[in-house]
Formats: sequence, C-alpha cells, structure tokens
Amino acid sequence: MDSNILLEELQSIFRDILDQPDLVLTRGSNANNVEDWDSLAHINLVTAIEKRYKIKFALGELQELKDVGDMIDLIQVKLAAK
Amino acid sequence: MNLDHLSIDEILLKRRSLRRQLAAVEGLQSVRIAVLGGSTTNEVVDLLELFLLDSGFQPVFHQSEYGRFYEDAVLDPADLIAFAPDIVYLHTSYLNVQSVPPVACSEKDFQSYVEDELGRYQQIWQSIEQNVPAQIIQNNFELPPHAFLGNLDSVSSGGASRFFLALNAEFARAAAGDPRLTLQDVHRLSAQIGLANWFDWDRYFGYKILTTSEGSIALARSLASIVRAIYGKSRKVLVLDLDNTLWGGVIGDDGVDGIQIGRETPVAEAYTAFQEYCLMLRNRGVLLAVCSKNNEDVAKQGFEHPDSVLKLEHISCFKANWEPKHENILAIAKELNLGVDSFVFVDDNPAERSIVESQIGGIAVPNVGNEVSKYAAIIEAGRYFEPVAMSEEDIARAALYQTNAARASSEAKFANYGEYLDSLEMAAEIERFKPLYLERIAQLTNKSNQFNLTTRRYTLAEMEAISRDEQYIGLYGKLSDRFGDNGLISIVLGRREDAVLHIDLWLMSCRVLKRDMELAMLDVLVSEAKIIGIGTLVGAYLPTKKNGMVEDHYEKLGFDPVSLDPDSKVSVWTLDVSGYIPRTQHIKIMEPVHG
Repeated sequence: MDSNILLEELQSIFRDILDQPDLVLTRGSNANNVEDWDSLAHINLVTAIEKRYKIKFALGELQELKDVGDMIDLIQVKLAAK
Repeated sequence: MNLDHLSIDEILLKRRSLRRQLAAVEGLQSVRIAVLGGSTTNEVVDLLELFLLDSGFQPVFHQSEYGRFYEDAVLDPADLIAFAPDIVYLHTSYLNVQSVPPVACSEKDFQSYVEDELGRYQQIWQSIEQNVPAQIIQNNFELPPHAFLGNLDSVSSGGASRFFLALNAEFARAAAGDPRLTLQDVHRLSAQIGLANWFDWDRYFGYKILTTSEGSIALARSLASIVRAIYGKSRKVLVLDLDNTLWGGVIGDDGVDGIQIGRETPVAEAYTAFQEYCLMLRNRGVLLAVCSKNNEDVAKQGFEHPDSVLKLEHISCFKANWEPKHENILAIAKELNLGVDSFVFVDDNPAERSIVESQIGGIAVPNVGNEVSKYAAIIEAGRYFEPVAMSEEDIARAALYQTNAARASSEAKFANYGEYLDSLEMAAEIERFKPLYLERIAQLTNKSNQFNLTTRRYTLAEMEAISRDEQYIGLYGKLSDRFGDNGLISIVLGRREDAVLHIDLWLMSCRVLKRDMELAMLDVLVSEAKIIGIGTLVGAYLPTKKNGMVEDHYEKLGFDPVSLDPDSKVSVWTLDVSGYIPRTQHIKIMEPVHG
C-alpha cells in the first residue's frame, strides 16, 4: 500500500482515538509532539491499527517504533508478507 | 446516545469523543469508585466510565498502585479512606493468587490451600467494610489458561482448575452471606467470550493488561450493570410486540390456527423457546407488557392458543390497538406507575423500534433483528434486568410461580416397567382432527416411516377433506409428561363401511415409543367407533423396508388374524369392539374440550 495513503488512513485513526478532528499527522509525529498520546492512547492506537489491517505486531517490534514513520514502514512490511 | 447500538470496534475507536458527548449531558448522578487491581486496570476503568456515563452516572475514579490491591485495602488504607468511595471494585485474576496447590497436593492439603486464599480475601473485604461505608464488588476467577493436567485438572487435588472452581464456590458463599459484598461473575464472562479470546498475552507482557479489548469491554459492561442495580436503576418491565415477536405470523391475517407456536415446526419451537425465556424473566420479577398493533380481541386469542406458554395472566398490562406504539408505551408506564427508563421494548419491526426509541427518552430498545432464535441472547447481552440480590418477596414470588413438578430423581428405582411409566405422569390429548393441527397431521403422515402400519401419504388438501367427511374418524394424539410436551405424535385414521371401520392409517412418532400411547389411541378409537355404531375394526399391516417394528402391532393389541398374503406379507387383522374394555393404565386421557 502506498505510504501516503497509509499516512492518511492512520491520520483518521489517530483523530478518532485521540478525539482531535483537526490533527495533522506526519512521518515525524511521535508521543512527544502529539498531544494526549499517552500510554493508554498508545495501546488503543496499536489495537485499532491491528484490527484495521488485520495484522499483529510482535512484542519486540512495538518497542522499536520511534514515530509514525516507523509505524508506516512496519505496517507495509506486514501487509506485504500477508 | 446509546452504546448498545455500537460495535466493539466503534466503541474502541471513538471512545474519547463518545465520552465527551456523554459527559455533556446534564443531571448525571455522581458515583465515586475505587478500583483495587491485581493488573493494569486503566483500560477497564476507561471503558467503565463510558458505560456509566451512558447509564446516567458521573463517575470519579481512584485506582490503586499497580498490583497493590491487598496492601491498599489492608495495610495502608489511608488513600482509600481519603477518597471516600461509594463502591470499591476488587479486580483480581488467577495470577493474583498467592499459592496454587502443587501437582502432588494431597486431598487434605487442598482444602487448606483454598482456605488460605479465601482468608486473604476475607481480610481485604473486612478491612474495606470497617474503613469505608462502600459497597464492595469482587470478581470471581476465570479458569487459568493452561490445564497442565488435562481433563484431570478439574478433578485432581493438584489441579489448578479444580482449585479455582473451589475458590469460586467459596466466594459465592461469602457474597451470599454478606449484603455489602457483590460478586462479579468473571468465570461466566470469560466463558461467554471463550478463554482463547479472553487473555491477551502480548498485552499482558507489554502493558500488564491481562484481557483482550473485547474482554475489557465485557468486564466494563457487566460492572456498569451491577452499579445500575446497586443504585436501583435496573430495568423492570419488558414490553413485547406480538406478531413475529411472540409468535410467528400475523394473527389478524393467519388466524389463531395459523400462527407459529408450539412444538410442531422448527420456527414454532423457536417462538416457544422465546416465550419460555420471557416467562422465566416474569417468574423472577420482571413485569411483562404487550404493545401490539392489532384488534384487542384478536390479539388476545393468541394467548389462548393451546401451545402458548405465555397466558394472559402473565401480562401485567395489555395494549393492542392501532394507536402509535410510543403513545401506548407511555400509557403502560402510567398504568404500571413506573418510569419509562425502567422499560425494555422488543419488536421485530425496525421502524417501530426506531420511532419508540426516538420518541421515548430513557427506554431501552435493543436491536433484536427479526430472527426469533436470537432475541433472548440479544436481550441478555444488554444486561437490563440485573438484580443485586434476591429479596424475600422475589423468592416468595418465584416459589409461587414455580410449577410443582417433581424433579427427575435419577436415583429412583422402579419395581417394573409400569411403575416407570407411572412415574412419567403422562397425559394424552386424543381427539378428532382439528383445523389447528391439520398441517402438522399432514406433515407427520408424510414423514413417518417406522411406526407406520400402511405408509399411506396424504396431502394437506386431502386431510382437510377427510376432516370434514363423516365417513372418517380421524384422531390425533398429543402426549405430555413431566419433562414437557412431546407435541402431536400419533395419528389414526378410520374409514367407515357400514358397521366396519377400516383403519387406513396408524402411525406414531418414534420419540414416544413404548409409552403405551398405542393403547390410549385404541381406547379412544373404539369409543368413538361405538358412538357411530361400528361393530368391527379392520386393520392391515403393509410391510416396507422401514416399518418392521410394527409387524406385530395388531397382534399385540389383541386383534384376530384374518389373512396373510404369502408373497407380499400383507396381513389383515380384525377386532370385535362389542366387549372391548379400555386398556390404558399409565396415561391419563384428558377429557375433550368442546367449543
């Protein structure tokens, strides 16, 4: 899947989970520069992404993610492997 | 706003905006809830907040430090006391038990493991009860994820499954004896979802959340229903539509004979099961009301159908007319003197559901769809009628309703087969064909192969003609026993020629074999035959590949042999009815109801 489309779809999920309808997501977005991206929100985001793309992140993989760009890359790898 | 109509995924995705919208409602009731957990409880609390807001509460939460449920309750309760909770929720799992019996545990030691663990929880409950004037909600245990001893895990004194089941029994005893302790049945919740969908080990190792998000939602929904019950907000009235809700078909068009209820078709069985579900709710104190677009006299006929489980006496308020349903429901509320926020409305018609929900604030309108086999499960999932305890009146009322049918005692020994038959308390309804049953009669005629003397097939139209023809005696038999109603299970059809009655058809469903039902049928057949001046019965056995079991049917009934065709093996039998004495001993034959 094209990474720009993926970014747009993730933006929609982030807007729902964080209840921020105007949130603009970039590859550089992370828990420090996005408001309310706390640990519980992070769990909810991961769960929502797993459900949306029917993929499952492994424990080790989640710890490697620094920002949205990493997330997009990992989702693409997972989708390609399906 | 109604969370019941949202899918789990929608709730998870939109929960923040849902919370914002729900919290904006005015007049919410404040409730302070302390959560003492054995694992991370943030997700459950987050979801519980949502469901409580949806139920009209404004919850404020206090959560113990991770895993410190015992310490915060017993050793250092200062924070708990300062928070002044209305409710303390103790959320612990199988992982929080201090010591599970080892595999080599003896029977004697097993008991002490159970008592030790119970003692720790008793300490917690006592400390909370002494320190804060709050209601305690304690969950019992799900089964552990692995049964190391396989099936023996629930049997052996070293089995963890058996240990948690024993602990759950102790928790139940404790809750039954302590009005301030309410049990949350996580054992059942986890079973409903399935243990494979209950635990999520990635989430546990990553964030110390033990359950899947589905599991957390189930926990939160169940908790919200308990909180509603504690505050007297459980619902009390089930308002029911009639056509295609309590029976199949439209009684105004199909007539009472045409509606689907009883045991005769799969669809009828499903409606009967739903009526039984409604009756169970009624027997534990939920009021039933009817709201139907029908003429009242026509609608009430449905409850006089012999197979209707629900009778008019079970309905506390009956509204059948052509006024809009929401107006009728408001009238029901007025008559019962109860708020509509204690009502649940069940209707197969989505348009009626929608208008009732939009016109009446606070009423619950579950989306039951239009498949009767799913109604009960959907209503159950809403957890509308949660009782917090059974009051003495509840129990007295339930006892009153209870049929006094003796329980099946599997230990009972019988001196002979007749005694066993007597113990079944059988009652038969054996009468001339009735329009109500013609469809079932034709159906049974066309599918019975084993207990069928002639295997003659008749269409519904032929049976209808026969039922009006005075040359025929058509009898149907229904048999009930103390385990329930077996429905219409036997047919005998006699055709008159002067003083002789030729038995064209004699068949019976195999579910009532060896019950002496054939004797009962014969008794009634003879008595009906005598009334119209018949002196002799003539029966024939036409062998097929499947009906060998009735080869000696007429011989056993005392008929005399007339002929046996050596090729076809067709045998003909006769019975002189003049000196006939009724033979049924073990079945009570009900007096026919005329009119």
